[in-house]
Amino acid sequence: MSFDNKQIEAVAKLAMLRVDEHDMPDTIKKMNGIMTLIDQMQSVNTDQVQPLSHPQDPVLRLREDTVTQSDQREAFQTLTEFAEQGLYTVPKVIE
Amino acid sequence: MLDKPLNEIAHALRAGKISSVELTEIALQKAQTGSNLNAYISLLEEQALAQAKITDKRLAAGDESPLCGIPMAHKDLFCAQGTLTSCGSKILSNFISPYDATVVEKLADAGMVCIGKTNMDEFAMGSTNESSYYGPALNPWNNQHVPGGSSGGAAVAVANGDVPIATGTDTGGSVRQPAALCGLTGIKPTYGRISRYGMVAFASSFDQAGVLANSAQGASLVLEAMCGFDEKDSTSIKEQTIDFSGQLNKPLKGLRVGLPKQYFTDALNPEIGAAIEAAKAELSKAGVQWVDIDLPNSELGIPCYYVLAPAEASSNLSRYDGVRYGHRADEYDDLASMYINSRTEGFGKEVKRRILVGTYALSSGYYDAYYIKAQKLRRLIVNDFQAAFEQCDVILGPTTPNTAPKLGQISDDPAAMYLEDIYTVTINLAGLPALSIPVGFDKQELPIGMQLIGRYMDEATLLNVAHQFQTLTDWHLKTPKTHGKQSRGAA
Repeated sequence: MSFDNKQIEAVAKLAMLRVDEHDMPDTIKKMNGIMTLIDQMQSVNTDQVQPLSHPQDPVLRLREDTVTQSDQREAFQTLTEFAEQGLYTVPKVIE
Repeated sequence: MLDKPLNEIAHALRAGKISSVELTEIALQKAQTGSNLNAYISLLEEQALAQAKITDKRLAAGDESPLCGIPMAHKDLFCAQGTLTSCGSKILSNFISPYDATVVEKLADAGMVCIGKTNMDEFAMGSTNESSYYGPALNPWNNQHVPGGSSGGAAVAVANGDVPIATGTDTGGSVRQPAALCGLTGIKPTYGRISRYGMVAFASSFDQAGVLANSAQGASLVLEAMCGFDEKDSTSIKEQTIDFSGQLNKPLKGLRVGLPKQYFTDALNPEIGAAIEAAKAELSKAGVQWVDIDLPNSELGIPCYYVLAPAEASSNLSRYDGVRYGHRADEYDDLASMYINSRTEGFGKEVKRRILVGTYALSSGYYDAYYIKAQKLRRLIVNDFQAAFEQCDVILGPTTPNTAPKLGQISDDPAAMYLEDIYTVTINLAGLPALSIPVGFDKQELPIGMQLIGRYMDEATLLNVAHQFQTLTDWHLKTPKTHGKQSRGAA
Protein backbone atom coordinates (compact mmCIF):
# COMPACT_ATOMS: atom_id res chain seq x y z
CA MET A 1 0.00 0.00 0.00
CA SER A 2 1.31 3.41 -0.94
CA PHE A 3 -0.47 6.70 -0.22
CA ASP A 4 -0.77 9.74 -2.48
CA ASN A 5 -2.19 13.22 -1.79
CA LYS A 6 -5.74 12.22 -2.66
CA GLN A 7 -5.78 9.19 -0.42
CA ILE A 8 -4.34 11.09 2.54
CA GLU A 9 -6.97 13.79 2.05
CA ALA A 10 -9.73 11.17 1.91
CA VAL A 11 -8.59 9.44 5.13
CA ALA A 12 -8.09 12.80 6.86
CA LYS A 13 -11.64 13.77 5.95
CA LEU A 14 -12.94 10.57 7.56
CA ALA A 15 -10.89 11.34 10.66
CA MET A 16 -12.06 14.97 10.82
CA LEU A 17 -8.51 16.22 10.37
CA ARG A 18 -6.80 18.41 7.79
CA VAL A 19 -3.34 17.87 6.36
CA ASP A 20 -2.01 21.20 5.15
CA GLU A 21 -0.31 21.36 1.78
CA HIS A 22 3.13 22.10 3.21
CA ASP A 23 2.83 19.07 5.54
CA MET A 24 1.68 16.71 2.79
CA PRO A 25 5.07 15.42 1.47
CA ASP A 26 6.31 14.59 4.97
CA THR A 27 2.98 13.00 5.92
CA ILE A 28 2.99 10.82 2.79
CA LYS A 29 6.61 9.77 3.37
CA LYS A 30 6.01 8.79 7.00
CA MET A 31 2.65 7.12 6.36
CA ASN A 32 4.21 5.06 3.58
CA GLY A 33 7.04 4.03 5.90
CA ILE A 34 4.49 2.88 8.48
CA MET A 35 2.44 1.01 5.88
CA THR A 36 5.55 -0.80 4.62
CA LEU A 37 6.06 -2.05 8.17
CA ILE A 38 2.40 -2.99 8.56
CA ASP A 39 2.24 -4.81 5.23
CA GLN A 40 4.60 -7.46 6.65
CA MET A 41 1.40 -8.96 8.09
CA GLN A 42 0.36 -10.08 4.64
CA SER A 43 3.21 -12.61 4.50
CA VAL A 44 1.38 -14.95 6.90
CA ASN A 45 -1.50 -17.18 5.88
CA THR A 46 -4.30 -16.70 8.43
CA ASP A 47 -7.19 -18.22 6.48
CA GLN A 48 -8.00 -20.73 9.23
CA VAL A 49 -7.44 -18.35 12.18
CA GLN A 50 -10.27 -16.73 14.10
CA PRO A 51 -9.80 -13.00 14.83
CA LEU A 52 -9.16 -12.02 18.45
CA SER A 53 -10.44 -8.61 19.49
CA HIS A 54 -9.36 -8.71 23.10
CA PRO A 55 -6.64 -10.58 25.01
CA GLN A 56 -9.01 -12.18 27.46
CA ASP A 57 -11.90 -12.63 25.05
CA PRO A 58 -14.21 -11.44 27.84
CA VAL A 59 -17.97 -11.59 28.10
CA LEU A 60 -19.11 -8.18 29.26
CA ARG A 61 -20.95 -8.48 32.54
CA LEU A 62 -24.42 -7.07 33.15
CA ARG A 63 -25.50 -5.01 36.15
CA GLU A 64 -28.77 -4.25 37.85
CA ASP A 65 -30.81 -1.69 35.92
CA THR A 66 -30.73 0.87 38.71
CA VAL A 67 -29.49 4.43 39.00
CA THR A 68 -25.97 4.46 40.41
CA GLN A 69 -24.78 7.99 39.69
CA SER A 70 -26.40 11.38 40.18
CA ASP A 71 -26.76 13.99 37.45
CA GLN A 72 -23.62 16.14 37.23
CA ARG A 73 -24.50 18.24 34.20
CA GLU A 74 -23.70 21.55 35.87
CA ALA A 75 -20.30 20.35 37.08
CA PHE A 76 -19.40 18.94 33.69
CA GLN A 77 -20.51 22.05 31.83
CA THR A 78 -18.04 24.15 33.78
CA LEU A 79 -15.39 22.45 31.64
CA THR A 80 -16.27 24.61 28.63
CA GLU A 81 -17.01 28.26 28.02
CA PHE A 82 -19.41 27.17 25.27
CA ALA A 83 -22.44 26.19 27.40
CA GLU A 84 -25.62 28.18 27.95
CA GLN A 85 -28.80 27.29 29.80
CA GLY A 86 -27.70 23.71 30.25
CA LEU A 87 -26.86 23.24 26.56
CA TYR A 88 -23.58 23.15 24.63
CA THR A 89 -23.32 25.78 21.94
CA VAL A 90 -22.03 25.03 18.44
CA PRO A 91 -22.28 26.84 15.08
CA LYS A 92 -25.80 26.94 13.70
CA VAL A 93 -26.61 23.72 11.80
CA ILE A 94 -30.21 24.46 10.68
CA GLU A 95 -31.11 27.91 9.30
CA MET B 1 16.17 10.09 51.23
CA LEU B 2 13.62 9.68 48.44
CA ASP B 3 16.02 7.64 46.31
CA LYS B 4 16.01 4.96 49.02
CA PRO B 5 13.88 1.83 48.60
CA LEU B 6 10.28 2.36 49.60
CA ASN B 7 10.40 0.09 52.65
CA GLU B 8 13.28 2.13 54.12
CA ILE B 9 11.30 5.34 53.69
CA ALA B 10 8.24 3.73 55.28
CA HIS B 11 10.39 2.58 58.20
CA ALA B 12 11.81 6.09 58.72
CA LEU B 13 8.29 7.55 58.74
CA ARG B 14 7.10 5.04 61.33
CA ALA B 15 10.16 5.48 63.48
CA GLY B 16 9.44 9.23 63.56
CA LYS B 17 12.78 10.06 61.94
CA ILE B 18 10.99 12.18 59.36
CA SER B 19 7.41 13.33 58.78
CA SER B 20 5.35 13.09 55.62
CA VAL B 21 5.30 16.90 55.40
CA GLU B 22 9.12 16.99 55.54
CA LEU B 23 9.38 14.24 52.93
CA THR B 24 6.91 16.03 50.69
CA GLU B 25 8.84 19.29 51.01
CA ILE B 26 12.04 17.45 50.03
CA ALA B 27 10.25 15.84 47.05
CA LEU B 28 8.84 19.16 45.85
CA GLN B 29 12.20 20.88 46.23
CA LYS B 30 13.95 18.09 44.35
CA ALA B 31 11.36 18.30 41.58
CA GLN B 32 11.81 22.08 41.33
CA THR B 33 15.60 21.86 41.35
CA GLY B 34 15.43 19.32 38.56
CA SER B 35 12.96 21.34 36.52
CA ASN B 36 15.40 21.32 33.55
CA LEU B 37 14.54 17.62 33.20
CA ASN B 38 10.91 18.60 32.42
CA ALA B 39 9.55 15.59 34.32
CA TYR B 40 6.30 17.28 35.35
CA ILE B 41 3.44 18.91 33.53
CA SER B 42 2.15 20.27 36.81
CA LEU B 43 3.45 20.30 40.38
CA LEU B 44 0.78 20.25 43.09
CA GLU B 45 2.55 22.02 46.00
CA GLU B 46 -0.48 23.14 48.02
CA GLN B 47 -2.47 19.94 47.57
CA ALA B 48 0.53 17.76 48.34
CA LEU B 49 1.41 19.55 51.56
CA ALA B 50 -2.23 19.50 52.70
CA GLN B 51 -2.37 15.77 51.94
CA ALA B 52 0.92 15.20 53.78
CA LYS B 53 -0.47 16.88 56.92
CA ILE B 54 -3.41 14.48 56.83
CA THR B 55 -1.16 11.45 56.40
CA ASP B 56 1.03 12.58 59.31
CA LYS B 57 -2.10 12.48 61.45
CA ARG B 58 -2.90 9.02 60.09
CA LEU B 59 0.61 7.83 60.93
CA ALA B 60 0.35 9.27 64.43
CA ALA B 61 -2.93 7.41 64.86
CA GLY B 62 -1.20 4.13 63.95
CA ASP B 63 -2.22 3.78 60.28
CA GLU B 64 -0.86 0.44 59.07
CA SER B 65 -0.72 1.14 55.32
CA PRO B 66 2.94 0.66 54.32
CA LEU B 67 2.48 3.46 51.78
CA CYS B 68 1.09 6.05 54.19
CA GLY B 69 2.91 9.37 53.96
CA ILE B 70 5.11 8.50 50.99
CA PRO B 71 5.34 11.03 48.13
CA MET B 72 4.65 9.84 44.59
CA ALA B 73 3.65 11.23 41.19
CA HIS B 74 0.89 10.33 38.73
CA LYS B 75 1.27 10.19 34.98
CA ASP B 76 -0.75 13.04 33.51
CA LEU B 77 -3.34 10.75 31.99
CA PHE B 78 -4.84 9.76 35.33
CA CYS B 79 -7.77 12.02 36.08
CA ALA B 80 -7.32 13.69 39.46
CA GLN B 81 -10.15 15.89 40.62
CA GLY B 82 -9.44 19.60 40.39
CA THR B 83 -6.10 19.16 38.61
CA LEU B 84 -5.00 19.62 35.03
CA THR B 85 -5.13 16.27 33.22
CA SER B 86 -3.61 17.09 29.84
CA CYS B 87 -2.43 13.69 28.64
CA GLY B 88 0.50 15.61 27.18
CA SER B 89 -1.77 17.17 24.58
CA LYS B 90 -2.76 20.68 23.54
CA ILE B 91 -6.31 19.44 23.05
CA LEU B 92 -6.63 18.75 26.80
CA SER B 93 -4.36 21.59 27.94
CA ASN B 94 -7.35 23.31 29.59
CA PHE B 95 -9.00 20.17 31.02
CA ILE B 96 -9.43 20.22 34.80
CA SER B 97 -10.70 16.80 35.75
CA PRO B 98 -14.04 16.77 37.59
CA TYR B 99 -13.37 13.34 39.12
CA ASP B 100 -10.66 10.96 40.35
CA ALA B 101 -9.45 7.89 38.48
CA THR B 102 -9.80 4.70 40.53
CA VAL B 103 -5.99 4.45 40.71
CA VAL B 104 -5.77 7.99 42.10
CA GLU B 105 -8.47 7.24 44.64
CA LYS B 106 -6.86 3.95 45.74
CA LEU B 107 -3.37 5.39 46.24
CA ALA B 108 -4.77 8.39 48.12
CA ASP B 109 -6.73 5.97 50.33
CA ALA B 110 -3.46 4.11 50.97
CA GLY B 111 -1.99 7.40 52.20
CA MET B 112 0.31 8.25 49.31
CA VAL B 113 0.94 11.93 48.65
CA CYS B 114 0.83 13.03 45.00
CA ILE B 115 3.34 15.83 44.35
CA GLY B 116 2.60 16.29 40.67
CA LYS B 117 1.46 15.03 37.29
CA THR B 118 4.25 13.74 35.09
CA ASN B 119 5.18 14.50 31.50
CA MET B 120 4.37 11.95 28.81
CA ASP B 121 4.12 11.37 25.09
CA GLU B 122 0.89 12.88 23.80
CA PHE B 123 -1.96 10.45 24.51
CA ALA B 124 0.73 7.89 25.43
CA MET B 125 1.71 7.57 21.76
CA GLY B 126 5.48 7.46 21.62
CA SER B 127 8.62 5.81 22.89
CA THR B 128 10.76 8.87 23.57
CA ASN B 129 8.55 11.42 25.38
CA GLU B 130 9.25 13.80 22.49
CA SER B 131 5.65 13.94 21.29
CA SER B 132 4.54 15.77 24.46
CA TYR B 133 2.92 19.18 23.87
CA TYR B 134 4.98 20.31 26.89
CA GLY B 135 8.32 19.37 25.37
CA PRO B 136 10.44 16.29 26.05
CA ALA B 137 11.49 15.08 29.47
CA LEU B 138 15.24 14.44 29.66
CA ASN B 139 17.00 11.31 30.86
CA PRO B 140 18.65 12.03 34.24
CA TRP B 141 21.48 9.62 33.39
CA ASN B 142 22.47 11.84 30.47
CA ASN B 143 20.45 14.91 29.59
CA GLN B 144 21.19 14.58 25.89
CA HIS B 145 19.24 11.31 25.77
CA VAL B 146 15.51 10.61 25.98
CA PRO B 147 14.05 8.85 29.03
CA GLY B 148 11.83 6.64 26.89
CA GLY B 149 8.09 6.79 26.73
CA SER B 150 5.34 7.15 26.95
CA SER B 151 5.67 7.31 30.77
CA GLY B 152 8.91 9.27 30.37
CA GLY B 153 8.24 11.92 33.00
CA ALA B 154 7.34 9.25 35.56
CA ALA B 155 10.64 7.48 34.90
CA VAL B 156 12.57 10.75 35.22
CA ALA B 157 10.83 11.62 38.49
CA VAL B 158 11.85 8.29 40.05
CA ALA B 159 15.33 8.07 38.49
CA ASN B 160 16.11 11.61 39.64
CA GLY B 161 15.15 10.63 43.20
CA ASP B 162 12.21 13.05 43.50
CA VAL B 163 9.86 10.21 44.48
CA PRO B 164 10.40 6.48 45.07
CA ILE B 165 7.48 5.49 42.85
CA ALA B 166 5.34 6.93 40.07
CA THR B 167 2.38 5.57 38.19
CA GLY B 168 2.55 4.94 34.49
CA THR B 169 0.50 3.22 31.84
CA ASP B 170 1.60 0.56 29.41
CA THR B 171 -0.23 0.12 26.10
CA GLY B 172 2.73 -1.28 24.14
CA GLY B 173 5.63 -1.00 26.60
CA SER B 174 5.18 2.48 28.05
CA VAL B 175 6.07 1.46 31.62
CA ARG B 176 8.73 -1.16 30.89
CA GLN B 177 10.63 0.76 28.19
CA PRO B 178 11.19 4.00 30.17
CA ALA B 179 11.98 1.88 33.23
CA ALA B 180 14.69 0.13 31.20
CA LEU B 181 16.07 3.37 29.75
CA CYS B 182 16.20 5.04 33.18
CA GLY B 183 17.50 2.12 35.28
CA LEU B 184 14.25 1.42 37.15
CA THR B 185 11.93 -1.42 38.03
CA GLY B 186 8.71 -1.09 36.03
CA ILE B 187 5.79 -3.48 36.00
CA LYS B 188 2.77 -3.80 33.75
CA PRO B 189 0.33 -6.25 35.34
CA THR B 190 -2.15 -8.53 33.62
CA TYR B 191 -4.73 -6.63 31.55
CA GLY B 192 -7.76 -6.10 33.80
CA ARG B 193 -5.87 -6.23 37.12
CA ILE B 194 -6.03 -2.46 37.60
CA SER B 195 -9.11 -0.39 36.82
CA ARG B 196 -8.93 1.78 33.72
CA TYR B 197 -11.64 4.09 35.11
CA GLY B 198 -10.34 7.65 34.87
CA MET B 199 -7.37 6.76 32.65
CA VAL B 200 -7.54 8.74 29.41
CA ALA B 201 -8.03 6.05 26.78
CA PHE B 202 -5.55 5.34 23.98
CA ALA B 203 -6.22 1.72 22.91
CA SER B 204 -8.75 0.16 25.24
CA SER B 205 -7.92 -3.52 24.71
CA PHE B 206 -4.25 -2.80 25.54
CA ASP B 207 -4.17 0.05 28.08
CA GLN B 208 -3.10 -1.01 31.55
CA ALA B 209 -1.78 1.00 34.49
CA GLY B 210 1.54 0.10 36.04
CA VAL B 211 4.25 1.24 38.42
CA LEU B 212 7.77 2.62 38.03
CA ALA B 213 9.81 2.18 41.19
CA ASN B 214 13.35 2.08 42.48
CA SER B 215 12.94 -1.52 43.68
CA ALA B 216 10.80 -4.59 43.02
CA GLN B 217 9.87 -4.62 46.68
CA GLY B 218 8.45 -1.09 46.42
CA ALA B 219 6.71 -1.89 43.16
CA SER B 220 5.01 -4.90 44.76
CA LEU B 221 3.56 -2.82 47.61
CA VAL B 222 2.21 -0.13 45.30
CA LEU B 223 0.84 -2.67 42.84
CA GLU B 224 -1.09 -4.32 45.68
CA ALA B 225 -2.72 -0.98 46.45
CA MET B 226 -3.61 -0.35 42.79
CA CYS B 227 -5.08 -3.75 41.87
CA GLY B 228 -8.61 -4.94 42.44
CA PHE B 229 -12.02 -5.32 40.84
CA ASP B 230 -13.81 -2.10 39.90
CA GLU B 231 -17.37 -2.15 38.65
CA LYS B 232 -16.70 1.14 36.83
CA ASP B 233 -14.39 -0.68 34.39
CA SER B 234 -16.19 -3.18 32.16
CA THR B 235 -13.05 -5.29 31.68
CA SER B 236 -11.92 -5.29 35.32
CA ILE B 237 -11.11 -8.82 36.55
CA LYS B 238 -13.45 -9.85 39.33
CA GLU B 239 -11.58 -12.73 40.97
CA GLN B 240 -8.10 -11.60 41.98
CA THR B 241 -5.49 -12.80 44.45
CA ILE B 242 -3.56 -9.71 45.47
CA ASP B 243 -0.53 -10.75 47.46
CA PHE B 244 2.76 -9.75 45.86
CA SER B 245 4.86 -8.37 48.72
CA GLY B 246 4.23 -11.52 50.78
CA GLN B 247 5.64 -13.73 48.00
CA LEU B 248 9.05 -12.10 47.59
CA ASN B 249 11.23 -14.67 49.29
CA LYS B 250 10.28 -17.91 47.61
CA PRO B 251 13.36 -19.91 46.53
CA LEU B 252 14.05 -19.78 42.80
CA LYS B 253 15.53 -23.27 42.73
CA GLY B 254 13.88 -25.27 39.98
CA LEU B 255 12.00 -22.31 38.48
CA ARG B 256 11.83 -22.88 34.72
CA VAL B 257 12.83 -19.74 32.83
CA GLY B 258 12.18 -19.65 29.08
CA LEU B 259 14.57 -18.03 26.62
CA PRO B 260 12.86 -17.24 23.30
CA LYS B 261 15.29 -17.70 20.43
CA GLN B 262 13.60 -14.79 18.63
CA TYR B 263 14.71 -12.37 21.39
CA PHE B 264 18.42 -13.11 21.11
CA THR B 265 19.33 -12.27 17.53
CA ASP B 266 21.61 -9.80 15.73
CA ALA B 267 18.92 -7.14 16.20
CA LEU B 268 19.84 -6.96 19.88
CA ASN B 269 22.55 -4.49 20.88
CA PRO B 270 25.52 -6.70 21.96
CA GLU B 271 26.06 -4.67 25.14
CA ILE B 272 22.47 -5.43 26.17
CA GLY B 273 23.00 -9.08 25.28
CA ALA B 274 26.13 -9.21 27.46
CA ALA B 275 24.36 -7.57 30.42
CA ILE B 276 21.56 -10.11 30.17
CA GLU B 277 24.07 -12.97 30.06
CA ALA B 278 25.61 -11.65 33.29
CA ALA B 279 22.14 -11.42 34.87
CA LYS B 280 21.42 -14.99 33.78
CA ALA B 281 24.60 -16.11 35.52
CA GLU B 282 23.31 -14.60 38.79
CA LEU B 283 19.97 -16.34 38.39
CA SER B 284 21.74 -19.61 37.59
CA LYS B 285 23.47 -19.38 40.98
CA ALA B 286 20.00 -19.09 42.54
CA GLY B 287 19.08 -22.39 40.89
CA VAL B 288 16.79 -21.48 37.99
CA GLN B 289 16.54 -23.89 35.07
CA TRP B 290 16.88 -22.55 31.54
CA VAL B 291 14.51 -23.70 28.81
CA ASP B 292 14.82 -22.79 25.12
CA ILE B 293 11.43 -21.73 23.81
CA ASP B 294 9.95 -20.61 20.52
CA LEU B 295 7.72 -17.57 19.96
CA PRO B 296 7.52 -17.90 16.16
CA ASN B 297 5.24 -14.91 15.50
CA SER B 298 7.17 -12.40 17.63
CA GLU B 299 8.31 -10.30 14.67
CA LEU B 300 4.72 -9.83 13.57
CA GLY B 301 3.93 -8.17 16.89
CA ILE B 302 4.99 -4.76 15.58
CA PRO B 303 2.79 -4.65 12.44
CA CYS B 304 -0.08 -6.28 14.33
CA TYR B 305 0.10 -3.81 17.20
CA TYR B 306 0.55 -0.80 14.91
CA VAL B 307 -2.73 -1.61 13.19
CA LEU B 308 -4.84 -2.52 16.22
CA ALA B 309 -3.69 0.18 18.63
CA PRO B 310 -4.12 3.06 16.12
CA ALA B 311 -7.50 1.62 15.09
CA GLU B 312 -8.66 1.71 18.70
CA ALA B 313 -7.08 5.14 19.12
CA SER B 314 -8.87 6.57 16.08
CA SER B 315 -12.14 5.50 17.67
CA ASN B 316 -11.28 6.63 21.22
CA LEU B 317 -9.93 10.00 20.13
CA SER B 318 -13.02 10.81 18.07
CA ARG B 319 -14.49 12.20 21.32
CA TYR B 320 -12.20 15.24 21.07
CA ASP B 321 -14.28 17.57 18.95
CA GLY B 322 -14.11 20.87 20.85
CA VAL B 323 -17.75 20.71 21.93
CA ARG B 324 -17.91 19.67 25.60
CA TYR B 325 -14.34 20.09 26.85
CA GLY B 326 -10.82 20.56 25.58
CA HIS B 327 -9.47 22.88 22.92
CA ARG B 328 -11.89 24.56 20.51
CA ALA B 329 -10.45 26.43 17.53
CA ASP B 330 -10.93 30.19 17.47
CA GLU B 331 -11.83 30.25 13.79
CA TYR B 332 -14.41 28.14 11.97
CA ASP B 333 -17.26 28.62 9.50
CA ASP B 334 -19.59 25.77 10.41
CA LEU B 335 -19.85 22.69 12.60
CA ALA B 336 -17.65 20.51 10.39
CA SER B 337 -14.88 23.10 10.21
CA MET B 338 -15.11 23.57 13.99
CA TYR B 339 -14.44 19.85 14.46
CA ILE B 340 -11.67 19.75 11.87
CA ASN B 341 -9.91 22.94 13.00
CA SER B 342 -10.13 22.02 16.70
CA ARG B 343 -8.73 18.55 16.11
CA THR B 344 -6.07 19.66 13.61
CA GLU B 345 -4.83 22.37 16.00
CA GLY B 346 -5.23 20.27 19.15
CA PHE B 347 -3.45 17.05 18.20
CA GLY B 348 0.29 16.76 17.57
CA LYS B 349 1.87 15.15 14.51
CA GLU B 350 2.38 11.63 15.91
CA VAL B 351 -1.17 11.44 17.26
CA LYS B 352 -2.57 12.62 13.92
CA ARG B 353 -0.50 10.01 12.08
CA ARG B 354 -1.82 7.22 14.28
CA ILE B 355 -5.40 8.45 13.87
CA LEU B 356 -4.90 8.40 10.10
CA VAL B 357 -3.44 4.87 10.16
CA GLY B 358 -6.25 3.64 12.40
CA THR B 359 -8.97 5.34 10.38
CA TYR B 360 -7.54 3.82 7.21
CA ALA B 361 -7.39 0.32 8.74
CA LEU B 362 -11.03 0.59 9.80
CA SER B 363 -12.29 2.11 6.55
CA SER B 364 -14.51 0.39 4.06
CA GLY B 365 -12.52 -1.79 1.67
CA TYR B 366 -9.48 -2.09 3.96
CA TYR B 367 -11.08 -3.42 7.15
CA ASP B 368 -10.52 -7.11 6.39
CA ALA B 369 -7.04 -6.65 4.91
CA TYR B 370 -5.74 -4.71 7.90
CA TYR B 371 -7.94 -4.72 11.00
CA ILE B 372 -9.23 -8.30 10.82
CA LYS B 373 -5.87 -9.56 9.58
CA ALA B 374 -4.18 -7.99 12.63
CA GLN B 375 -6.78 -9.53 14.94
CA LYS B 376 -5.97 -12.95 13.47
CA LEU B 377 -2.27 -12.39 14.09
CA ARG B 378 -3.11 -11.35 17.64
CA ARG B 379 -4.59 -14.81 18.19
CA LEU B 380 -1.45 -16.48 16.79
CA ILE B 381 0.71 -14.44 19.18
CA VAL B 382 -1.51 -15.36 22.15
CA ASN B 383 -1.30 -19.02 21.10
CA ASP B 384 2.53 -18.77 21.01
CA PHE B 385 2.64 -17.58 24.62
CA GLN B 386 0.21 -20.27 25.76
CA ALA B 387 2.38 -22.96 24.18
CA ALA B 388 5.56 -21.45 25.67
CA PHE B 389 4.13 -21.38 29.18
CA GLU B 390 3.55 -25.13 29.01
CA GLN B 391 7.35 -25.45 29.06
CA CYS B 392 8.33 -22.69 31.47
CA ASP B 393 7.13 -20.56 34.39
CA VAL B 394 8.64 -17.22 33.35
CA ILE B 395 10.05 -15.88 30.08
CA LEU B 396 13.24 -13.79 30.13
CA GLY B 397 14.59 -11.42 27.50
CA PRO B 398 15.62 -7.85 26.78
CA THR B 399 13.20 -4.99 27.35
CA THR B 400 14.57 -2.89 24.49
CA PRO B 401 16.88 -3.61 21.54
CA ASN B 402 18.97 -0.49 22.35
CA THR B 403 19.69 1.85 25.24
CA ALA B 404 18.26 5.40 25.39
CA PRO B 405 18.66 7.18 22.04
CA LYS B 406 19.69 10.81 21.81
CA LEU B 407 17.01 13.45 21.59
CA GLY B 408 15.77 13.58 17.99
CA GLN B 409 17.69 10.44 16.99
CA ILE B 410 14.66 8.28 16.14
CA SER B 411 11.60 10.46 16.67
CA ASP B 412 11.58 11.76 13.09
CA ASP B 413 11.31 8.25 11.68
CA PRO B 414 8.11 6.69 13.09
CA ALA B 415 8.75 3.25 11.59
CA ALA B 416 12.21 3.11 13.21
CA MET B 417 10.76 4.28 16.51
CA TYR B 418 8.05 1.59 16.38
CA LEU B 419 10.69 -1.11 15.91
CA GLU B 420 12.17 -0.20 19.31
CA ASP B 421 8.99 -1.74 20.81
CA ILE B 422 9.76 -5.18 19.36
CA TYR B 423 10.13 -6.95 22.74
CA THR B 424 7.26 -5.26 24.57
CA VAL B 425 4.19 -5.01 22.32
CA THR B 426 3.49 -8.74 22.05
CA ILE B 427 2.92 -8.88 25.81
CA ASN B 428 0.18 -6.24 25.50
CA LEU B 429 -1.34 -8.08 22.55
CA ALA B 430 -1.61 -11.13 24.86
CA GLY B 431 -2.61 -9.14 27.99
CA LEU B 432 0.13 -10.81 30.06
CA PRO B 433 2.06 -9.33 33.01
CA ALA B 434 5.69 -8.29 32.50
CA LEU B 435 8.30 -6.19 34.21
CA SER B 436 11.67 -4.62 33.49
CA ILE B 437 14.56 -4.51 35.94
CA PRO B 438 17.95 -2.83 35.63
CA VAL B 439 20.83 -5.22 34.83
CA GLY B 440 23.76 -2.98 33.93
CA PHE B 441 25.03 -0.12 31.81
CA ASP B 442 26.38 0.33 28.31
CA LYS B 443 29.71 2.03 27.50
CA GLN B 444 27.99 5.42 27.60
CA GLU B 445 26.85 4.63 31.16
CA LEU B 446 23.22 4.44 30.06
CA PRO B 447 21.05 1.86 31.88
CA ILE B 448 20.12 -1.53 30.44
CA GLY B 449 16.85 -3.28 31.27
CA MET B 450 15.90 -6.96 31.31
CA GLN B 451 12.32 -8.10 30.84
CA LEU B 452 10.52 -10.91 32.66
CA ILE B 453 7.16 -12.05 31.28
CA GLY B 454 4.71 -14.02 33.41
CA ARG B 455 1.68 -16.23 33.07
CA TYR B 456 -1.76 -14.63 33.18
CA MET B 457 -2.28 -13.20 36.73
CA ASP B 458 1.13 -14.40 37.93
CA GLU B 459 2.71 -11.07 38.87
CA ALA B 460 3.81 -12.65 42.17
CA THR B 461 6.36 -14.91 40.45
CA LEU B 462 7.73 -12.02 38.37
CA LEU B 463 8.15 -9.78 41.38
CA ASN B 464 9.72 -12.60 43.39
CA VAL B 465 12.33 -13.23 40.67
CA ALA B 466 12.98 -9.48 40.39
CA HIS B 467 13.31 -9.05 44.14
CA GLN B 468 15.64 -12.02 44.51
CA PHE B 469 17.78 -10.69 41.66
CA GLN B 470 17.92 -7.35 43.48
CA THR B 471 19.10 -9.05 46.66
CA LEU B 472 21.94 -10.63 44.63
CA THR B 473 22.92 -7.49 42.72
CA ASP B 474 22.94 -3.72 43.25
CA TRP B 475 22.07 -2.37 39.79
CA HIS B 476 18.76 -1.02 41.14
CA LEU B 477 20.59 0.99 43.82
CA LYS B 478 22.71 2.98 41.37
CA THR B 479 21.56 6.53 40.76
CA PRO B 480 22.43 9.17 38.14
CA LYS B 481 24.17 11.16 40.88
CA THR B 482 26.61 8.36 41.66
CA HIS B 483 26.86 6.68 38.29
CA GLY B 484 25.60 8.90 35.47
CA LYS B 485 26.92 11.48 33.06
CA GLN B 486 24.35 14.03 34.18
CA SER B 487 26.89 16.72 34.92
CA ARG B 488 28.39 16.29 31.47
CA GLY B 489 25.06 16.38 29.64
CA ALA B 490 24.10 19.75 28.26
CA ALA B 491 20.34 20.14 28.57
